[in-house]
Amino acid sequence: MSAQISGARVFLALVRRDVRLAWSQGGGALLALGFFFVAVSMFPFGVGPAPQVLARIAPGVIWVVALLAAVISLDRLYQADYEDGSLDDLVLSPIGPMGVSAAKVLAHWLSTTLPLALLAPALGVLMNLPDQAYGALIFSLLVGTPALSLIGSVGAALTVAVRRGGVLMLLLILPLYVPTLIFGVGAVDAAMSLTDPAPHMALLAATTLIALVVGLFASSAALKLALE
Amino acid sequence: MHRFANPAQFNRLADAILPWAKMAFVLLLGAGLYYAFFDSPPDYQQGESVRVMYIHVPAAWMAMFTYMVMAIASFTALVWRHPLALLAGRAAAPIGAVFTALALITGMLWGKPMWGTYWVWDGRLTSVLVLLFLYLGYMALWQAIDEEEKAGRAASILALVGVVNIPIIKFSVDWWSTLHQPASVMRLDGPTIDGSMLMPLLLMAGAYQAYFVVVFLWRMKLEINRRKLAVARQAAMHASVGAE
Repeated sequence: MSAQISGARVFLALVRRDVRLAWSQGGGALLALGFFFVAVSMFPFGVGPAPQVLARIAPGVIWVVALLAAVISLDRLYQADYEDGSLDDLVLSPIGPMGVSAAKVLAHWLSTTLPLALLAPALGVLMNLPDQAYGALIFSLLVGTPALSLIGSVGAALTVAVRRGGVLMLLLILPLYVPTLIFGVGAVDAAMSLTDPAPHMALLAATTLIALVVGLFASSAALKLALE
Repeated sequence: MHRFANPAQFNRLADAILPWAKMAFVLLLGAGLYYAFFDSPPDYQQGESVRVMYIHVPAAWMAMFTYMVMAIASFTALVWRHPLALLAGRAAAPIGAVFTALALITGMLWGKPMWGTYWVWDGRLTSVLVLLFLYLGYMALWQAIDEEEKAGRAASILALVGVVNIPIIKFSVDWWSTLHQPASVMRLDGPTIDGSMLMPLLLMAGAYQAYFVVVFLWRMKLEINRRKLAVARQAAMHASVGAE
């Protein structure tokens, strides 16, 4: 028997499996998208349907609800595999804990947070977002959403062994989302007021890169700790 | 470094430092409060409200200092598995949270007459609020996981991730020049604050520092004793089970 399985194959198989699970019945991706849609469409009822008001708050509302939708779906990122024991096997596979968290994050981004970015323009229409801001909205979400998955993975891994850890995870993660939120909304606001969104985009990209470095390290350390 | 891993040795060291730290705290606080409230001039713009600064600024410094203590303890705990480092982080966290809350509250009380508002979402205020959330998250994670060793190491990972916030706090006043004033003491080109105000400020900073040392050592000793008690309880339980 050839026991040697290449790391790349394990990685891709894990990504494919997680994306498929997220989109199958009972997976979290559709729920997150549904939450995103419903929660944003509550705001016109709350603040009143005046078009100027909606346009003014549209970037912030869409970004904040995107954060919450991401957090909600992160709840089960590692937990299901932890409970049935497959997380132990995965961590012992050639890709190791860092590879597992990278694959999980990539799968979460592809299945859940990337669709949020793609759905955002439709919500922009509901929120009366001005025409010139759509490009910045989509682009800022594309650049910023990987950070949501990466930072979220740290919180999910830290609370994987905690019963009812969902709310705790929310408390741990949301403060760390603040820079992403500030620069993401800043970019859309800049585009809306016809100024250059590029500086905000650059800072947003920098935040995502920091999240990439810190997030994968911290996630894999937390996974190793949880499985001891 | 592992010399002080022995709790008895640490306790001896703590007992040697504590009386001096207590004395330093009382003297510095007395002198600091005297100068801050009686023997320093009112500001030409802020009037008497400037005296809030002597409470506020050292609290903000200590909020960051304590976080760094916690982060270094966390790093030591994760990398070298130093047995006292986990306890050091746990001992520091509530002190830091209180400093942070004090800085925020005194800042709000000062902001109302000076800026005309208790709160603005400027970079400095927001990043200090995030610091408070990080302290609370650290303590919540300690509480949430039953097994103490695991809880401490999980919280340590969070503390290290949160270090990213410290330079943001420090440089927020330069990056977003909104309401909060930029640094006037910790500057490369020397302080821009007059000596008559700098002296009470530094005295108060010394008092806060001494306060931290006293409470931190108390809490460390408490944590060590709590550990000992848990071990003794467990041993007693095993003994009684064995006797049956």
